[in-house]
Amino acid sequence: MENDLGWWAVPLAVLGGAIRVSTPILFVSLGEMLTERSGRINLGLEGTLVFGAMAGYATAVVTGDPWAGVVLAALAGAVFGLVHGLICSMARVNDIAIGIAMMLLGTGLAFYFGKPFIQPVAPDLPSIPFGWWSDVPQVQAALNVNVLFLLGIAAALVLHWGLRSTKPGLILRVVGDSTDAARAMGLRPAVIRTMATAIGGAFAGVGGAYLSLFYPGSWNEGISSGQGLMAVALVIFARWQPINCFWAAMLFGGAGALGPALQSVGVTEGYYLFYAAPYVLTLGVLIATSSPNRALAGAPGELSITK
Amino acid sequence: MAMVEAQGTGGGAMAALRRAEPVVVPVLALLAGLVVFALFLLTQGRSPIAFFGYVWQGAFGSAFSWMNTLSRAAPLLLAALCVALPARLGLVVIGGEGAIVLGGLAAGAVALPLAGVPAVIGLPVMAACAMAVGAVWIGMAGALRHYRGVNETISSLLLAYIAIALMNHLVEGPLRDPESLNKPSTAPLDEALRVGMIPGMDVHWGLVFGAIACVLAWVLVERTRWGFAARIAGGNVRAAEVQGLPVGRLILGFTALGGACAGLAGFFEVAAVHWSANASLAAGYGYTGILIAFLARHNAIAIIPVAILLAGFDASSGLIQRRMDLPDATMQVLQGIVFMAILMSDAAYGRLPFFKAKG
Amino acid sequence: MTDFRLASLRPATPALLSRRDLLRGTAALGGMAALSMALPGAARAQSGLTVGFIYVGPRDDFGYNQSHAAGAAAVKAMEGVTVVEEENVPETQDVQKSMESMINLDGATLLFPTSFGYFDPHILTLAPNNPDVRFQHCGGLWSADKHPANVGSYFGYIGMGQYLNGIAAGHASVSKKIGFVAAKPIPQVLLNINSFLLGARSVDPSITCQVIFTGEWSLAVKEAEATNALVDAGCDVITCHVDGPKVVVETAAGRGAFVCGYHADQSALAPEKYLTGAEWNWAKVYTDMVTATLAGEAIPNFVRGGLADGFIRMSPLGPAVPEAGRAQFEAVKAEIEKGGFSVIKGPLKDNQGNIVAADGEAFLETDPVLEGMGYLVEGVIGSTS
Repeated sequence: MENDLGWWAVPLAVLGGAIRVSTPILFVSLGEMLTERSGRINLGLEGTLVFGAMAGYATAVVTGDPWAGVVLAALAGAVFGLVHGLICSMARVNDIAIGIAMMLLGTGLAFYFGKPFIQPVAPDLPSIPFGWWSDVPQVQAALNVNVLFLLGIAAALVLHWGLRSTKPGLILRVVGDSTDAARAMGLRPAVIRTMATAIGGAFAGVGGAYLSLFYPGSWNEGISSGQGLMAVALVIFARWQPINCFWAAMLFGGAGALGPALQSVGVTEGYYLFYAAPYVLTLGVLIATSSPNRALAGAPGELSITK
Repeated sequence: MAMVEAQGTGGGAMAALRRAEPVVVPVLALLAGLVVFALFLLTQGRSPIAFFGYVWQGAFGSAFSWMNTLSRAAPLLLAALCVALPARLGLVVIGGEGAIVLGGLAAGAVALPLAGVPAVIGLPVMAACAMAVGAVWIGMAGALRHYRGVNETISSLLLAYIAIALMNHLVEGPLRDPESLNKPSTAPLDEALRVGMIPGMDVHWGLVFGAIACVLAWVLVERTRWGFAARIAGGNVRAAEVQGLPVGRLILGFTALGGACAGLAGFFEVAAVHWSANASLAAGYGYTGILIAFLARHNAIAIIPVAILLAGFDASSGLIQRRMDLPDATMQVLQGIVFMAILMSDAAYGRLPFFKAKG
Repeated sequence: MTDFRLASLRPATPALLSRRDLLRGTAALGGMAALSMALPGAARAQSGLTVGFIYVGPRDDFGYNQSHAAGAAAVKAMEGVTVVEEENVPETQDVQKSMESMINLDGATLLFPTSFGYFDPHILTLAPNNPDVRFQHCGGLWSADKHPANVGSYFGYIGMGQYLNGIAAGHASVSKKIGFVAAKPIPQVLLNINSFLLGARSVDPSITCQVIFTGEWSLAVKEAEATNALVDAGCDVITCHVDGPKVVVETAAGRGAFVCGYHADQSALAPEKYLTGAEWNWAKVYTDMVTATLAGEAIPNFVRGGLADGFIRMSPLGPAVPEAGRAQFEAVKAEIEKGGFSVIKGPLKDNQGNIVAADGEAFLETDPVLEGMGYLVEGVIGSTS
C-alpha cells in the first residue's frame, strides 16, 4: 500500500463510496418508486430497511448462508409492505400516517428481536473484484463490487423497461394516475396498490440486508442513519423514474464519501460541512431542476404527497 | 353497553353520541391496539397485566410520574405544530427537527451578548430569535415550494440534515466554549436567562407555552379568515387560486408559523433544560412531532392529549426496562401497534353500529 | 472474552404470574382500574442497596456501553444488591427523569449515569435535591468548590492503553502510516489519538497518524467510510474512538489492515489482524465502589485509575505482533504499572507548531491538565475543529 495517490484519492473514493453506499438507497428508492407509481406512498420503508437488516443478519448467523438472509429480508419486507397496503386499502386511512407508525413498529421489532444478534458474526455477501486489471490497491478496493449492486442496476433497467413496455407496467401507471380510469378499465386499484406496496417492501428489505451483510456488514442499532427515509424522499427527486433512482442513489452515496476522503488527503477543517454535501447537493439539484410551472412532472396523479 | 341502549332513545341523545364519535372511536382503537400488543407479549411469555400496570405506574400512577410525562410532552407540542399547521394547506413538512436545532442554537448564541440583561428583556429576545430562525428555516421549504415548485417534504428533510450539520459545526467550532471539554457546547447561559419550572410542578414553562400555542393555532385555523382560506387551499389549490385567495402568502405564512413553533421548542430546550446549545438539541422531537400531528389529524387541540399519551409511553419505558427486564425497544413496538390501530380507526367512522344514523 | 456475551448481561427473569393467571387476568381486563389493582411491586420490597446504571446507547454495542454493562453485570452478582438499568437514554431531560424515576420508584441510592453528557446540567440539577443519593459520573471533572458533595466522578487513564496500542502498531506497520477513526475532537479523544501516535513513534519516529472525525458517536456507514478512506490513504494499522468499534474493526480487517481495539475486546471479530486493544475493566471499578458503599464507607469524589489499578487492561497480543514488539510492549506496560511514566513529555509540539511540552517537561498520566487537552501532536494529520 505504498501507493500515494494524492488528490486522485478523492475522485476514486467518491466512486468507491458511490458503489458501496448507494446500494441500500437504490433498493429502497426503487421499491418506493413502484409503490408511489401505484398511487400510494409508504413512508415506513426506514422501518422495513432496519427490520430487513436485522432479519437478514439473524438468518445468516443461524443458517451460515448470507443469501438465505437476503431472501428472508425480502420476505419480511414484503410482509411489512403487505400490511401497509392492506391497511391503506381501507377507506379514509392515511397512507403517510400509517407509514410513519410502521417506521416505529419496524425499527422497534428489529431492535427487540435483534438484541441476541449484535454479538455473533455473520458471513458476508460475496463481491466481484472488478479492479483485477489494476495493481493499485485503492482502485481494486473501489471496484470490489457487491452482487446486490449489480442486481440493483439490473432491477432499475428491468423496471424502466417494464413500466414502459409491459402490460403490468401499464396497469400500474393507470392505477397510479387515476383510480376512476382504472376502475373503468375493470381493474381493482386497491389490490394492485397493495401488491405494489408489498413488492416495494421486499426491495427495502433487500436494501437492509445489504447494510448488515455487506456494507458496513454488521448488525447494530445504529446501522441505518436514516437512509430509508432519505431514499423515500429521493424518489421525488428522481421524478419516479427507475434510471433516475439509480443516479440519485449514486449521487447521494458518492457525495457521502466526500467528507472522509477530503480528511484523508489533509482537508481537515469543517468536516461537518463536507458531511452535509449529499443533502446540499440534492437540494441544489432539486432547486435547479424544478420550476413552478411544470411542477413535479411525472408525479402519479393519485399520489397524496404531491397532489 | 350503555351506547347500545342509547340507540333506542331520543334524537338529542343520538346527536350527542355522534358528536362523541371522534373521541370514542380512537379510544376504542387504542384499547384494541393494547389488546394486540398484549397478545404479542403473551407470545414472548411475558405478563401483559404486569406490563400495563407498569405503564400506568410509570406514566400516570403518581404525581412524580405525571411530572415525568408532562416534561416529555412539553417539546412535543410545539414540534407537532410544525407539522400540523402546514398540513392544513396540504403540505407534508417532515423537517421540524432542523428548526428546533437551529432555534435552540440561535437562542444559545444570542444569549452570550445578553449576559447581565434582565430576564424580562433577555428571554423574549432569545425566544424571538429562536422563532425567527425556525420560521426562516421551514419558511424556506414553503418558499421553495411556492416559487420553485420544489416538493416541501423532501426539501424540509434535506434542510433538517443541513441544519444539524450547521449546528454541529458551529458548536464544535466558532461558538464552542473551551470549558465544555468532552461535550462541546456554547457557553452556559447567564443565571438570569434560565427559564425555571412552573410553580408547584417539576415541569418547565415550555409546557404552558406549548399548550397556549396549540390553542392559538386552533383558533387561527378554525376561527379566522386566514384559517378558513388555508383550509380551502388545502382542499384544492386551483380552486383557491380561482377564488383569488393568496395561496403563496398562505404557504409562506403557515410554514413560517410552524417553523416558529419548532424554533420556540428549541429555545425552551436551551433556556430551560440544557442552559447551553449542543448536539443534544437533535433529540428527535421533530420526528416524533410528525407522528403526533398525524395522529391528531392536524387538529391543534387534539395534539395535546396525543402528545401526553405518547410522552406517557416514553415515561414508563424506564420502569418497563427495570422491572421486567425487557429491551427499550418494547415501547417502540407498543407505540407502533397502538398508533397503527388508532390510524386504522379512521376507516371505522360512521360504520360502528351504535354510531350509525338510523333511517 | 466470554464475559461480554449477551447471556451474561441479561439473566432470564422468572415470569411474574403463571400463564393461567395471565389468561384469567386478560379475560377480566376491564379498564385501567383493574390494571392498577393488579400492579405487582407497586411498593417494591427493598432489601439492601439498589444501584442504577444508565447507558446512552444500547448496552450491547461491542464498545463503550457494553463495557459499562459488563461492570453492571458484575455488581448484579453481588450479595444484597439490586441492579436496575436503562439503555438508550439521551442526554436530555430524559436522563433527569430516568434518574429521578430510579430514585423515586426503585429506591436507588447509588447511581452510575455513564455518559459524559449526563453531568452538566443533568446530574448537577438533581444532586442538590437528592442529598441521600450518590451520583457517580463517568468521565467528569468533579471539583469541591464547584460541585455538590454527593456527586463523584471516575475515569481511567485509557490513553496509556492507546499508547501501548501504538507500540504494537508501530511494530506491525510497514507503510509507517497509521489511522484513527474518531467521533469528535474532545479532550478524551484527542489524548487517545496523541497517545496512539506517540506510542508508535517510540518505535519509529517517522510514523504519522491520519485521523478522520465522523462527527457522531455511533454512525455505522460513516465509520466504515472513514476506515476505507484511511486504508486508501495508505494507513495499515487502524484504531478508533467511537462508541461501538465493531464496524471499524471488521472493515479495516476486511481491507487487510491491522487493527487495535478500544473499549472492549474485539479480537473475535478479526483474530488474524487484531494486534491488541485498550479495554475498560468497569467490573473491578463498580464492585469496589459498591463494596465500599455496602460497608458504609464513602466513595472518594474524584476517582481515577490506570493499568496498575485494574481500571483498564490490554487485550492479549495477537499473532501479527512481531517478537520485538512483544518485548517492548511488555516492558513499557510493566513500566507504566510501576507509575511515573509520561506519554506527553517535552520536547513536544502540536501539529500547528506550538510547543505543548517544553524540553524536560513531562505530564504524568494523573495530571488533570491532560483531561483538558485541546491539541493534536506533531505527526497527527487532522484538525481539532
